[in-house]
Amino acid sequence: MTTNGLLQIGLLLGALFALVKPLGIYMTRIYQGDLPAFIRWLSPLEHICYRAGGIKADDEMGWPRYAMSLLWFSLSGVLAVYAIQRLQGALPLNPQHFGAVSPDSALNTAISFVTNTNWQGYAGESTMSYLTQMVALTVQNFFSAASGMAVAIALIRGFARHATDSIGNFWVDMTRSTIYILLPLSMVLTLALASQGVVQNFSPYQTIQMVETVRYDNPRIDANGNPIRDAAGNPVTDRLSTREQTIPFGPVASQEAIKELGTNGGGTFNANSAHPFENPTPLSNFLQMLAILLIPGALCYTFGRMVGDTRQGWAILAAMTLVFACMLSVAEFAETAGNPVLAALGIDQSVTPEQSGGNMEGKETRFGTVNSALFATITTSTSCGAVNSMHDSFTPLGGLVPLVNIQLGEVIFGGVGSGLYAMLVYAVIAVFIAGLMIGRTPEYLGKKIESFDIKMASLTILIPPLLILCGTAISVMVDAGRAGVANPGAHGFSEILYAFSSAVGNNGSAFAGLSANTPFYNIALAVAMFFGRFWLIIPVLALAGSLAGKKRIAPGAGTMPTHTPLFVMLLIGTVTLVGALTFVPALGLGPIAEQFTMTSAHQEIPHD
Amino acid sequence: MFKDLRPTLVSFALLTLIVGIGYPFVMTGLSQWLFPDQANGSLLLRNGTPVGSSLIGQPFSGAGYFWSRPSATAPMPDNALASGGSNLGPTNPALADAVKARIHALQAADPNNTAPIPIDLVTASASGLDPHISPAAALYQAQRVARARGLPLGTVRALIRRHIEARQFGVLGEARVNVLELNLALDALPHS
Repeated sequence: MTTNGLLQIGLLLGALFALVKPLGIYMTRIYQGDLPAFIRWLSPLEHICYRAGGIKADDEMGWPRYAMSLLWFSLSGVLAVYAIQRLQGALPLNPQHFGAVSPDSALNTAISFVTNTNWQGYAGESTMSYLTQMVALTVQNFFSAASGMAVAIALIRGFARHATDSIGNFWVDMTRSTIYILLPLSMVLTLALASQGVVQNFSPYQTIQMVETVRYDNPRIDANGNPIRDAAGNPVTDRLSTREQTIPFGPVASQEAIKELGTNGGGTFNANSAHPFENPTPLSNFLQMLAILLIPGALCYTFGRMVGDTRQGWAILAAMTLVFACMLSVAEFAETAGNPVLAALGIDQSVTPEQSGGNMEGKETRFGTVNSALFATITTSTSCGAVNSMHDSFTPLGGLVPLVNIQLGEVIFGGVGSGLYAMLVYAVIAVFIAGLMIGRTPEYLGKKIESFDIKMASLTILIPPLLILCGTAISVMVDAGRAGVANPGAHGFSEILYAFSSAVGNNGSAFAGLSANTPFYNIALAVAMFFGRFWLIIPVLALAGSLAGKKRIAPGAGTMPTHTPLFVMLLIGTVTLVGALTFVPALGLGPIAEQFTMTSAHQEIPHD
Repeated sequence: MFKDLRPTLVSFALLTLIVGIGYPFVMTGLSQWLFPDQANGSLLLRNGTPVGSSLIGQPFSGAGYFWSRPSATAPMPDNALASGGSNLGPTNPALADAVKARIHALQAADPNNTAPIPIDLVTASASGLDPHISPAAALYQAQRVARARGLPLGTVRALIRRHIEARQFGVLGEARVNVLELNLALDALPHS
C-alpha cells in the first residue's frame, strides 16, 4: 500500500465522518417532522401526496399494518416495472426502438429493483429505453431505498418508544425519505457528476467515424440466433471490418446519483460504474463511493439521537468501520500484489508512479487497483452492488472480500436502512449471547430482550444463509445451473455462490462471467431476491412492534453498557462468528481452493 | 387490509411523477445549461466532425498509433453498445493465453523493445471502453510509434509527457494518458 493509496482512503473516510453528524441530525429532524427552513420549499410535494392519498400524517400504525403498507407499495412497484419493460416498444422516449424485454428477464429486473438489489441480468445500453431507465428503474432506486430507510426508522422507534403498539406511519416515513433526503442529495450529486462528464440527455445514440478501421471476427449465427459451430466445435466466424462506433446516451447522471445514494447499484450501462459515461474521473469515483456510504453511516447517528444517546450510534458505527478496515486491507493487498500466473510471463505488475500495477484485468486505468479494491469493498459492505471493476477477475483473496462482505449480511454500513436494521438485529443477538454468559435477562437500550424478540432476530439472521446455500447447492446440481458458469474449476463454483449471495443480500454485484440471463437464473435469483428482502423486513418490523410495546427499564448493576469498546468487540465477534461458521465450508470450495491453485501453479512454472 | 390501497396507488403515482419524470427532466435541463459538453458525451471534433468521445476508447492497431488497452467487448473491441470486461478468473488458462497473444502482438510490432510490458497494456479493461493507458504503457510504445512515423523519439516522448493527466488534485485516482487525444495530437504534428 503506497502513501498515496492510504491518503485516498483516509480522505474518503475523513469526508464520511465529517458528514455523518450533520446529515444524521438532519435526518432525525426530517423523521420527527421538524423541517429545517432551507428545505421547506419542497414541502408542497409532500402535502400534495398526503392530500390526494388520504394520508393523515399523525395516523400511527402497528407493525402489521406498517408491513402491509410496505408490501402493497412494493407489489405496485413490481407490477409497474414489469409492465413498463414489456410495453416499452410502444411507449415514448425510446429513440433506439428497443422492443419488449423477455418475460423472465423483465420479472427478474422488476423484483431486482424493487428489492434494492439491482442485479442486472440485462445489458442496459442495448435493452432498456430512456423511459424504462427513468420511470421504472430510477423510480425504484428511490422507492426501495426509501422503504429500507422507513423500516430502519420503525425499528429505531421500537427502541425509542415504550408501552405503545405503534411504530410510525409507513407513508409518511417513505415519502419524507424520498422528498427531503434522497431527492435533494441526488440533485446535488447529479450536477457534480455531470460536471465530470457523466452524460445527461435524451439524444439518440450517435454513430461516429473512428480514427482507424477495426477488423474483427464476427460469429456466424443461424436463423434462431444460435452460433454456428464447425465439426471441431469451434464457432464459425466471418472476418469483418468497420470504422463506425456507436456512442450510447441517456439520462445517466440522474440515475447514477440515486443509484449510489440509495445503495441500489443498477447502472444505465452494462459495465456499471466502470463505464466512462457513468464514472469518468477519479473525482466522480470519489463522490460515488462517498455517496454509497453516506446515508448508511449517517443513519447510525440518527439512531443514537432518536434513542436519546448518541454514544449508542457511534458504537455501531465504530464496529462497522473496524470490520470495514480489516476487509479493505485484505482486498487492497491482494489486488496490488497482482497475479502470479501473469508475473511468470515477464510483464511488469509493479506499483510505480507511472502505472497502477497489480491485477489490472477487469480494471480501469483511471482507478487502478487501489480505487478498484476500495470500491469493491464499499459496494459489498453496503448493499449497493455498483461496480467500477469486474469482481470476477479479482485475485481469489481479492474476490473473497466482496463475497464475505455480502455473506456477513451487509451490516458493515449496509444498505440504506437495511444495513442499520440488520446490524441492530445483530446487536440484539450480541446482548442475548452476553446475557447467556452471565445468566441474566438480556436488555438493550432499556428494553428486555425476550423469547419473541430472539425468535424474530434469529429468523432475520438464519434465513439468508439458508437461501444462499440451498440456492447454490441446487444450481451446481442441475444442468441449467452449471451451464451458466464461465470460468473452470473452483472459480466457477465461486461464480454461482456469489450470484446467490448477491441476490439474497440484495447487493446486485456479480462475478459477471456467469450467464445469468437465462430462464433458470432469472427465476431462481428473483425468488432469492424476493425472500432475501421481505422475509427479513417482516420479522424486523415484528421485532420493532414487540420492542415498542415494552416498558423501559432503568439500567441496573447487571446491565451491560452498549456504547463501550467491549460491546463493539462483542458485536464484531457476533457478526463474524455467525458469518464464518455459516459460510467457511462454501468459501473453502471456492476462493480459498482457487488461492491454493494459483500459488501452486505459479511455483510449477520454471523461471528463466 | 384494503384501506391502504388508496395511499398505495396515489403515493406511487405522484412520487413516480416527481422522481421519475420531474427529477430527470429538471436535471437534464440544468446539466445541458451548465455543462453542455460533458452532458452530451464529451465529443472530440476534427475538422468540425466528431471523431469520437474523449471518454470512450477506440481500438488502434497501426504501428504509428498508440494502442489502447485490450477490450473484451463483442464482436469488435471497444464496442460502445456492449460494454463489459472479460470476466476471466485469475487462474483461468484462457486469461494467460489471451495475455500471451497480446505480448506476441506487441513484440511483433516492435521486435527491438526488450522492456517489460506494463500490465495494463496486456489486460482487458473493466468497461471494454477504457479511454486511458498508464503513462508507462504510453512510454513503452514511444519507440515503435516514433519509428513508424519517422519522428525523433524525443518528440514522441515530449508529446506523451504533455498528455499525461496527473492524479486529480494531485491525489485521486491514477496518472493516465488519453489514447484518442494523444493519437489525434500525433496526427496533428507537422510531418517531418
